[in-house]
Amino acid sequence: MNKELPPGLALQKVDERIMTLNVGPQHPGSGHMRIIVQIDGDFIVACDPDPGYVHRGEEKMAEYRNYITNIPHLERPVIHDSCNVLYPYVLGVEELLGIEVPERAKYIRVIASELNRCVYTMYWLAIYGIFLGHSTMFMWPAGDRELLIDLLEKMTGARVTHAHFVPGGVRNDLPPNFEDVCLRQVNYFEKRIKEYAAVFYDNPILIARTANTGVLSREDAIRLGTTGSVLRASGVDYDLRKKEPYDVYDELDFQTNVLKEGDSYARSKIPWLDMMESCRIIRHALQKMPKSGSVRVKLKPNPKGKGLDSVYKRVESGRGSLGCYIVSDGKPEPYRVKLSVGSFRNLIALPYLLKGEKLGNMPSVYWSLNYWPVEADR
Amino acid sequence: MSVIAPNFKFSEFVKSLLDNVFWIILIFSLIGLPAVQVILFYIEMPVIDGELLTPFLALTWLADPSRTLPILKAFMTTDLFRIAAFPGFGFAALIAAGTIFIERKMLAKLQLRVGPFYCGKIEGILQLMGDGLKLISKEIIIPAKADKPIFWAAPVIFVATAAAFVALIPVAPGWVVADVDVGLLAVFAIIGFFPIITILSAWSSNSKFPFIGGIRALHQMVSFEIPLILSLLGVVILTGTLNLSEIVVSQTNFPWIIFLPIGAIIFFITILAELERIPFDLPEAESEIVAGWLTEFSGMIYGLVQLGTYLKLYAFAALFVVLFLGGWTGPMIWPPFPEEIITDGIVMGPITAKIPGLPVFSQEMLNGVVWFVIKTMGVIFFILLPRGVFPRIRIDMLLSLGWYKLIGLAFVNIFIALGLLYAGVLGPGGIL
Repeated sequence: MNKELPPGLALQKVDERIMTLNVGPQHPGSGHMRIIVQIDGDFIVACDPDPGYVHRGEEKMAEYRNYITNIPHLERPVIHDSCNVLYPYVLGVEELLGIEVPERAKYIRVIASELNRCVYTMYWLAIYGIFLGHSTMFMWPAGDRELLIDLLEKMTGARVTHAHFVPGGVRNDLPPNFEDVCLRQVNYFEKRIKEYAAVFYDNPILIARTANTGVLSREDAIRLGTTGSVLRASGVDYDLRKKEPYDVYDELDFQTNVLKEGDSYARSKIPWLDMMESCRIIRHALQKMPKSGSVRVKLKPNPKGKGLDSVYKRVESGRGSLGCYIVSDGKPEPYRVKLSVGSFRNLIALPYLLKGEKLGNMPSVYWSLNYWPVEADR
Repeated sequence: MSVIAPNFKFSEFVKSLLDNVFWIILIFSLIGLPAVQVILFYIEMPVIDGELLTPFLALTWLADPSRTLPILKAFMTTDLFRIAAFPGFGFAALIAAGTIFIERKMLAKLQLRVGPFYCGKIEGILQLMGDGLKLISKEIIIPAKADKPIFWAAPVIFVATAAAFVALIPVAPGWVVADVDVGLLAVFAIIGFFPIITILSAWSSNSKFPFIGGIRALHQMVSFEIPLILSLLGVVILTGTLNLSEIVVSQTNFPWIIFLPIGAIIFFITILAELERIPFDLPEAESEIVAGWLTEFSGMIYGLVQLGTYLKLYAFAALFVVLFLGGWTGPMIWPPFPEEIITDGIVMGPITAKIPGLPVFSQEMLNGVVWFVIKTMGVIFFILLPRGVFPRIRIDMLLSLGWYKLIGLAFVNIFIALGLLYAGVLGPGGIL
């Protein structure tokens, strides 16, 4: 019986001091995933994130539907950020089919995607608050998020899962008087999120608790392939809206928020600062948007790609770079759709960050990675 | 034919009613009446207005509401009333229920929501009863490998310990369940009992998350007990007594918080930690260890632990009031009892009712209770407030706060008290 076992089945040596905790999938601090944590007293010795509990085969499903019917289910991975999840797919299909988008539609898309980024970030922030035991920070963002959800409902007809972006523009034009309402709500929203500093971001206990925990250095952040807020919190100035501007982002006035610390506190602060930039973008876009014009190019009923062709488009979503690779073989259905999501890239950093941390830091480090389990599993 | 109950038959309804009546009569005559006989045989009946209270007399007095007051008054002098109703368990449970209601509504207002709203029509005032009914009707699930006797006993002992703590609190002059000369020492002994119960229940459930929570609770309670005890030494030095009632009497002119503010602050922080409230709720940190040492509790066992927790909350807040805010002392705000009711009786139209046994409570006692409740609710408010403002802190921050900062400050407080005592300002024979 002295057979060589494959590496996955090899028996591990058990140290009596080390206890294995299964954090999740049925756990208030895990989301739809499991983190296998090995602890020695209060210190984490090893950590093994185990995603995949909500894998739904979105990519395979996309191969059986045509370019238009793919829209409603490809936004499911992150329903709070559905416009941004759909954005690269729509941009890719437009390039495959060779469609030119009207100018007004581009502005509407930018406004919708920035509103959606704020909606997603508020949800993320609410959960970050409750992970740290701060119940007020759960209720406030969850309530203020309703402002923007109402706006998006006026705009697209649905509170979440808007299915608003289509190849060739957006589904519907803006309702009358939308610009004024949007400006008013966004101004109020910005005023509200600035108040969060007093109760949360400037809270001495929060700073003492999350500063200098789970530090990700600039080199490690690049080496591990993290994106989005995690990368920017480690001091890398990388925002796809600036680096590879899509639609009208190159005409709008905004800046990228970069912090140098790379700890949980900086990682949690970047999305909050980004929300204020989003408000700025929305205001500027409302100003520059053409007041009238077409918002959608009429497509043929069942559009086909031009022979064997492939395209890769990426956008800056709420969780970082979100890429979509589409291969067409000339049929009405895509041959392959591949989503490359920011959540999964950021999760890779978790075992490195949690090693040697205290168990009490696990929720803050884990959720500061801006990780959305459903998006990572697709 | 009713739509709501299609199989309803009136004859069967009457039959079931008669069925119930039959069983009630049978059980009452077989068990209830003998039980009453036995109780009456063993209990020493009180003597009221010179006549012995026989069961027959008690029944006639029950028929005349005005004559039940002496019975009530006689009952109120018994130990049973003090333990079960006032100032013991019943009073504490009532304040605990009020605390839960205030906590829910205040936190809701802080977080821009409404909180409990529908149950009980007025601002969801019956929500707690609904929660209690739910907990009672739930199944109690016990882990298969749990140490069952200890797992069952721990919540019961927890409530009993919290109730013992409540028994030491003087509410009004002379109104205390256990008026012992070493009252403060007894409080320390009871506080020292809580970590033992916590670790017993955590260990007996044989589960990982309760175990971690229990260890955390043990660390937290044991390390905060030292500053807690040290912070109260200042009061003991200045009053020269451990009897809680005498400590209250010593604050007739001014409360100790004026001279010992550092001790009061340390005591307040330590009671937050002993009560496992935010920001010190590490033993129940839900995002790390589910519900800590409460994870495996379900149904009414969990309800008992919650009851014990809120009794403990009341007892700590009341202890703060007794030691630092002057207990029941305060200006007389309760109106005096109208004497003409005793002399002339109450005129109700043509009838003039003379009610013997009035007044039931003295004016001093009612005034003391009012001041005590006002002060206690104020302290409870400040205990609840951090929950809406602070996040949870980490175990290393907690321990460094307890061991490095609070213990040092507690010694500063003791030196202040000693300085005031030897300067002859306060204490026995002081100028104030």
